[in-house]
Amino acid sequence: MSINPLESEAIYIFREVAAQFEKPVLLFSGGKDSITLVRLAQKAFYPAKIPFPLMHIDTGHNFPETIEFRDRLVKELGLELIVRHVQDDIDKGKVKEEQGRYASRNSLQTTTLLDAIEEFKFDACIGGARRDEEKARAKERVFSVRDDFGQWDEKNQRPELFDMLNGQIELGQNVRVFPISNWTELDVWSYIEREQIEIPSIYFAHTRATFLRDGLIWSADDEVVFRDQDEVVEDRLVRFRTVGDMSCTAAVLSDATTITKVVEEIRSSTISERGARIDDKRSEAAMEKRKQQGYF
Amino acid sequence: MDVLKIATAGSVDDGKSTLIGRLLYDTKSLTSDKLEAIQNKSKQLGYDYLDFSLATDGLIAEREQGITIDVAHIYFSTQNKSYIIADTPGHVEYTRNMVTGASTSQAAIILIDARKGVIEQTNRHFFINNLLRIKNVVVAINKMDLVNYSEEVYEGIKAQFEVLMAKRDYKEQNITFIPISALKGDNVVHKSENTIWYTGNTILEHFESLDQAAVLNTGTPRFPVQYVIRPKTEEFHDFRAYAGKVYGGELKVGDAVVVLPSLTKSKIKDILFYDQKLEKAERRSSVAITLEDDVNISRGDMIVLENDLPQIDKDFTATISWLDQEPLQTGNKYVLQHGVHKVLAKVEAVAHKIHPDYSGVETGISTLKMNDIAEVSFKVNKPIFFDAFKKHRINGSFILIDSNSNHTVGAGFIQ
Repeated sequence: MSINPLESEAIYIFREVAAQFEKPVLLFSGGKDSITLVRLAQKAFYPAKIPFPLMHIDTGHNFPETIEFRDRLVKELGLELIVRHVQDDIDKGKVKEEQGRYASRNSLQTTTLLDAIEEFKFDACIGGARRDEEKARAKERVFSVRDDFGQWDEKNQRPELFDMLNGQIELGQNVRVFPISNWTELDVWSYIEREQIEIPSIYFAHTRATFLRDGLIWSADDEVVFRDQDEVVEDRLVRFRTVGDMSCTAAVLSDATTITKVVEEIRSSTISERGARIDDKRSEAAMEKRKQQGYF
Repeated sequence: MDVLKIATAGSVDDGKSTLIGRLLYDTKSLTSDKLEAIQNKSKQLGYDYLDFSLATDGLIAEREQGITIDVAHIYFSTQNKSYIIADTPGHVEYTRNMVTGASTSQAAIILIDARKGVIEQTNRHFFINNLLRIKNVVVAINKMDLVNYSEEVYEGIKAQFEVLMAKRDYKEQNITFIPISALKGDNVVHKSENTIWYTGNTILEHFESLDQAAVLNTGTPRFPVQYVIRPKTEEFHDFRAYAGKVYGGELKVGDAVVVLPSLTKSKIKDILFYDQKLEKAERRSSVAITLEDDVNISRGDMIVLENDLPQIDKDFTATISWLDQEPLQTGNKYVLQHGVHKVLAKVEAVAHKIHPDYSGVETGISTLKMNDIAEVSFKVNKPIFFDAFKKHRINGSFILIDSNSNHTVGAGFIQ
């Protein structure tokens, strides 16, 4: 049997986290990348349990399917799950809900995340970000140091040589860790197919009430997404290629009902994955700016 | 699927980002939304061509200044292979990024502007690729369109570069010359009709033709223990496995091994990968190993074949590439991380600084500035188990960490 080099790399990174940090946590959104991370973490420590909890920063604008899925996975694997809610910070007046037709809670997550890191004194937060997703992400390290304010100093990153990861930090700092940095979207889907990993149903073709805006297909969920009177709701056969906050994730037309079909679709796709992320369309540097503020 | 990581080196305006953009474009790896963004931005900037550098320069400051600041990773794949390109900036002040990008690469592209030929920077790029023992280097002579695709110019630059090659330390390095125009797409992915005198491969054809054996440096198996797996559950009560990655060669069940530093002998009982038992662990695979005997092993220890021990020593000399703003000072102490093993190291002496352009050495030095390369001797508080970098890229390298700033301040290649 031949072990995939990307899989070996990810397992190596997980083991470095467990060895170098006192209180790691795996940031779990219920999306395919974080589900893949959970499988890789299982492999890294088997037959022992994954030696850290999962944490979900819940924007409150979830696809119900992902929450059901999350709870089932955690139960099956006997893992600890921490949930912190953006709604609580809105209620406390710590963050303000965005207004208008592009209102999203995506960037509000940052405050809730940073507070949770402080509350639990996490020193390493493992995430499913990949360098192929976005231009600013392409500059990210595997061990990415954040200061006391959770900020990313993109011009002063530690060089990473060979396989050596330097996780030394000061009290109050934390490291964001990205085990699947070098995976592409297709790598993730091929892995899900090969490993027969279960993923939430919204990744497969289904009929959904949607409307069109700016050339993207939005989910017509009136509680979460502000919609103009003239934006007509129509049932379409769609699936989600990336799953984030409901208010910033667009659907794509698709009839792919199985993983194999999804892999085929991705292989021949001419649109990038984040092409369906409304949050990235805000400006050319949207991601970099969010990251500097402590976004995951 | 094979993964090939390629480091790029070139000076400002040699067209590195354009080459990467071209590779993406001609392999149809640029998705329509990204392409559209490049088209719009190129138009906005008033260009009458597509500026592919816009695909890779990801940071605001980079786009503002039109330069690449930090190592970026770019991904594309063919039917055969997955490619990762480490786009490393070519500015004089960014030697550290080149060393970093090259350290994880199995191949490299050095770009030369056909109008300028081999310049001082080219020496430096070649020196670093050779120092880091990258097995396959493509010398891409770019902007051939601006010299009328002249064979004479190409041959002239090739001759200049061959003078440089004669000075190299790592003689076995495979070097391939290719005349290209990244802007126009000549010999990047598609063969050019403008260079009929050139019969070799295009850049992509060349990389496609390399098999894994041709890109990996061979050595002997080294298994640094990363983590000890102890489930402490009813089912796996006395279970104890040593997790790590195999470097340099393969390990098999039944192999007679020695554990360092205790020098305890044992045999490999099982090689585990998740819930499977394997007969052998291939190089670069992350596995867990159990031994026949009960041995006390912790992180930083190393399992090696009985008949093939590395050097075990507290004193050694290494070529250092200094990466930090704060200079290295003779007498200073640093944390030395050798793989996953950390010890304390004292800088005994700087033997000499090496000019990375093959112009000789400088003695009588006691400090090193960022981007300096030098031969430095060290003493460490506990022995490390190493091979010469020449023999083993992974087990012959280390990083230095400043315990005040926690920064990675130096990279070392043991002699």
